[in-house]
Amino acid sequence: MQEKYFGHSVLRKEGRAKVTGRARYVDDLAFPDSSLEIIYGATVRSHVPRGRIRDIRYEDGIPWDEFTIVTAADIPGKNQIALIEHDQPCLASEYINHPEEAVVLLAHPDKYLLEDARRAVRIDVEPLPAIFTIEDSLAKREIIWGKDNVLKSYLMEKGDVDSAWALADVIIEGEYRTGAQEQLYIENQGMVAVANLSDGVTVWGSLQCPHYVHKALVPVFGLPAEKVRIIQAETGGGFGGKEEYPSIIAAHAALLAWKSGKRVKILYDRAEDMAATTKRHPSRTRHRTGVTRDGKLVAMDIEFVLDGGAYATLSAVVLSRGTIHASGPYSCPNVRVRSQAVATNAPPHGAFRGFGAPQSIFAIERHMDRIARELNLTPEEFRRRNFIRQGQTTATGQVIHEGVDFDALLDRAFRESDYHAKREQFARENPGSAIKRGIGFASFMHGAGFTGSGEVYLASVVEVEATPEGCIRVLAGSTEIGQGANTIFSQIAADTLGIGYDRIEIAQPDTGAVPNSGPTVASRTSMVVGKLVETAALALKKTLVDSGLLCDQCTEAEFVRACGKYIETRGPLRSRSEYQAPPGLFWNDATYSGDAYGTYAWAVYVAEVAVDTATYEARVTDFVAVQEVGKVINPLLAAGQIEGGVAQAIGMALYENVVWRDGRMANGQMTNYIMPTAADIPPIRVFFEEHPYPFGPGGAKGIGELPMDGPQPAILNAIEHAIGISLNEIPATPEVLMDAFAKAAAGKAGGLG
Amino acid sequence: MRANIPNYDLRVPASLREALALLASEPGTWQPFAGGTDLMVLLEAGKLSHRHFLSVSKLADLRGIEVSADAVAVGALSTYTEIQNHPVLQREFPLLCSAARETGSIATQNRGTLGGNIVNASPAADSPPALLVYDAEIELVSVRGARWQPVHGFHTGYKKMAIAPDELVRRVRLPRRLKPWRQYYRKVGTRKAQAISKVCFAGAALMEGGTILDIRIALGSVAPVVLRVVKTEDRLRGKKLTPEGIAAVKEIFVSEISPIDDIRSTARYRLRVAQNLLEIFLSQISI
Amino acid sequence: MAEPIARVDIACKVNGEQRRAHVYPMARLLDVLREEFHLTGTKEGCGEGECGACAVLMNGVIVNSCLVPAMQANGEEIRTIEGIANGAQLHAVQEAFLECGGAQCGICTPGMVIAAVALLERHSHPSDAEIREGLAGNLCRCTGYQKIFASVVRACEAVAEKSA
Repeated sequence: MQEKYFGHSVLRKEGRAKVTGRARYVDDLAFPDSSLEIIYGATVRSHVPRGRIRDIRYEDGIPWDEFTIVTAADIPGKNQIALIEHDQPCLASEYINHPEEAVVLLAHPDKYLLEDARRAVRIDVEPLPAIFTIEDSLAKREIIWGKDNVLKSYLMEKGDVDSAWALADVIIEGEYRTGAQEQLYIENQGMVAVANLSDGVTVWGSLQCPHYVHKALVPVFGLPAEKVRIIQAETGGGFGGKEEYPSIIAAHAALLAWKSGKRVKILYDRAEDMAATTKRHPSRTRHRTGVTRDGKLVAMDIEFVLDGGAYATLSAVVLSRGTIHASGPYSCPNVRVRSQAVATNAPPHGAFRGFGAPQSIFAIERHMDRIARELNLTPEEFRRRNFIRQGQTTATGQVIHEGVDFDALLDRAFRESDYHAKREQFARENPGSAIKRGIGFASFMHGAGFTGSGEVYLASVVEVEATPEGCIRVLAGSTEIGQGANTIFSQIAADTLGIGYDRIEIAQPDTGAVPNSGPTVASRTSMVVGKLVETAALALKKTLVDSGLLCDQCTEAEFVRACGKYIETRGPLRSRSEYQAPPGLFWNDATYSGDAYGTYAWAVYVAEVAVDTATYEARVTDFVAVQEVGKVINPLLAAGQIEGGVAQAIGMALYENVVWRDGRMANGQMTNYIMPTAADIPPIRVFFEEHPYPFGPGGAKGIGELPMDGPQPAILNAIEHAIGISLNEIPATPEVLMDAFAKAAAGKAGGLG
Repeated sequence: MRANIPNYDLRVPASLREALALLASEPGTWQPFAGGTDLMVLLEAGKLSHRHFLSVSKLADLRGIEVSADAVAVGALSTYTEIQNHPVLQREFPLLCSAARETGSIATQNRGTLGGNIVNASPAADSPPALLVYDAEIELVSVRGARWQPVHGFHTGYKKMAIAPDELVRRVRLPRRLKPWRQYYRKVGTRKAQAISKVCFAGAALMEGGTILDIRIALGSVAPVVLRVVKTEDRLRGKKLTPEGIAAVKEIFVSEISPIDDIRSTARYRLRVAQNLLEIFLSQISI
Repeated sequence: MAEPIARVDIACKVNGEQRRAHVYPMARLLDVLREEFHLTGTKEGCGEGECGACAVLMNGVIVNSCLVPAMQANGEEIRTIEGIANGAQLHAVQEAFLECGGAQCGICTPGMVIAAVALLERHSHPSDAEIREGLAGNLCRCTGYQKIFASVVRACEAVAEKSA
């Protein structure tokens, strides 16, 4: 196997189309070979957070006979969006459970008139009492889901926490909260659909998981699987926001297409996308930690709660990942995590990069600094005494077999960021300055791939086929969403077969043409699916070798000739690879213990901040990200992932505040939901360590979500260093900082210094 | 996109005369449309209640920045880009240039106009605090002729102005008097660029020794209109600054502004930060 | 229901070519480009002039096409992403974006390239601060901006190398 491309910054496969504006996103799609008229679809939504639908009225002044109107009654199959539970309807029929819930769909050729029509549909709802907070849901102020509002709960235990308190010299408690966060992909969600009984349903769209959409649409239409086809268009960012939500908009577009007989395009505008689609689950974490005087963790009792919104959707899985990551990369003999996802009357929260881990890691990494302070240890010394090492077990009892070396990662991060010198410099200079500076860090890990037996359950498949000209097509359900999947797969295939990068083609993800390689989520695409690309390519080559047309050691020209010869004489040349779990992994779903992930990426991030005491604005002035990732397949793309994730995490920590009014996002415009601009993001300096993971392609681990986990606590740790005030809730907006300053000053004035 | 586009008319008058005639013939029906950076946002949000617009962007009478001995006359259609790049404005009216530079993005600055900003009458506008400090005057024209109106007092209430339905802003006159004054501008937004202000502070003082001979202070985003805090100014005029003096003037200052809680920030925050900016301004001018 | 306004004829120069359209006067230039002229490279990201994905050059300066009514584009010169390359020869900015990883999902890229081209036309050797200011009107959610900055720096170098 050559290593001509692997490990190199090979140029992005579809890069040229992107820089010339030729890449075709869903709103750019044209269907020149079709005579089918394109009409526009719009969604009429509830304004009320909870209630019973009494009536739907269509006001005068709109030529309703020109419109296609779809309600729940028009659904040919089941009124549900299949995911894990099936509690979410495709269209609300009797009850409303959150603001923005879809009730009526409209379609018309004139998109301007459509907008007037949308406003002319009156949904008369008899309101029911609604709840909007974790506290109210836990207190069962109203029961809005199931018997007790609990969408899912876990109990994860290691050792015996209750007995272990006796071993602790000091017990430290803390509560930490994170708010909702909007994925804010720059391309709004959209779908184009055609649907009829004889041809079935075909949907093109902006999405991450064509097979998820397929799975959801089959029961909606009651059609056989082969009559539903989902095709991914170039997708302008996803970050999890286009993992599960696209099934809803696809179903809506398809229903309008079914009823109208036309090609229907639904494109959300920014306001609709922000208000109606999923966001990151808000969280509340409570820590109770027992440590010895000399800084050893003996007991960790963690309560982790997520606000899931009105329906179950993916909350069970987000909760799972948050639960497993809640105790951090530390060795502690006694750990208990009690976690719950609870329902509120908000649009369901959903997948967003990190998927529960940013929430629970924020808490543990803030808490570790708190404990350090209590023990009069530096944040790093306390951690060094507890970092997990090779041979030790995680909170799920997983033995870490690889040689994880957090001391080395910490040393490198400190060196690159000049941490100690700055720590001392800022402490010295701050008293005389109106701008207070600080530096802080976080140490963390992120498990790559689906949890536990998830990858086995997914049973991902990749196929590879040769063309008569000796080009190779990779057929995978994985989607290029900006992370570089097309490029990575091409590098792997090219090197595996010993041929040129330009000979590799990535087939467009189309459920009618590619196998199900699992969803493009969970930091699994390079590591799990990339490995399948490698094994499929190897299998294809083996077919040629076994046929006598090729030697194992061959040139590109020989390979190309052999492909042509094989196809000419024997027919299609195609191979298939199915997921094989790495040996020795055991996971117990019932006890929530065992090997949670095949591997982890490990990281230490350092954030430098400046706090303006006149305006209470905190900004990040420098950022260092050090991570161990197995093997870097493409340095440019890998750094791009880290930089992008860090920027999103900076947004989550300091800028991105969802303003809620009765379950509805009130600031759903880019003017008022604040994402960092080029003027706000500091230099982000990225460094990789490589200890190859034997079961990833070339040793690579998954890294897509890792950078979303660490910056938030690092930043708040830095702010605490800068201003001496402990903040435990994000986003830490200037208004929050100001209140914290005021409270601290009042505390001092009251003689509590 | 929340608007039914065919419902909106945008006409292009061939001359100022034609524009004014149309405004006069159907008062209240036609609204002037300059760069569109505010109006188009309202349109797309489905919140544009007016339907008939007059594009004034090509009217030569409203363009141009003219420098004379005692004033600079900035045409209503001057864009933020033109303003911040004008050498005399840069030298003598730095607060206005700062405001222009911090408004929106470069793309917004290439289209947004000073006149449009004034008649949009947002309490969070970035340029009007600078205009107030500079004692700017607005020239309003109609079929009945032209009149001058100080910017101070032009905005009478939230989104209310002393302008007749048939009047257009033609020019803004900036007297070239404040060159020797110490000047300070600070906009506090939600992020470093492309931000609507949470507090906007513009101040200028004529100092002699440590004494304030004359002073102007204007703020945005702390009241229903952009305003000059005249009681605060009166309290400071003629005084030498002392810590007790600054503490006392803060109380007056607080009584003159009335910030609110809104989608971007809180009254508490605005009140506190406005005071902090006042303190910074006063400490800077007393050096 | 209000009486709809009549469509009007507009004519403008787009990427060097005379183009005509019969559109509503308040139709957004963005929609005229995409739907009338079939130039789909310019994107809608927010419809409120905040994200810059719709940026084009109008009379040589960067504007957000979602905020320009068709009537005001009449008679003007527009340059979109489709007009940045010179046939098959990419602009130095486009080459640099490829080389330096300035594009990930690509949706912000057309507007970002326009912003970078406009920046380099104003400052041939922009400082770090000038690059940040020049691109602050274009939001990118994927890259964290780092490789976009690097692309601009690379483009300057490439232009300088070429003229050397």
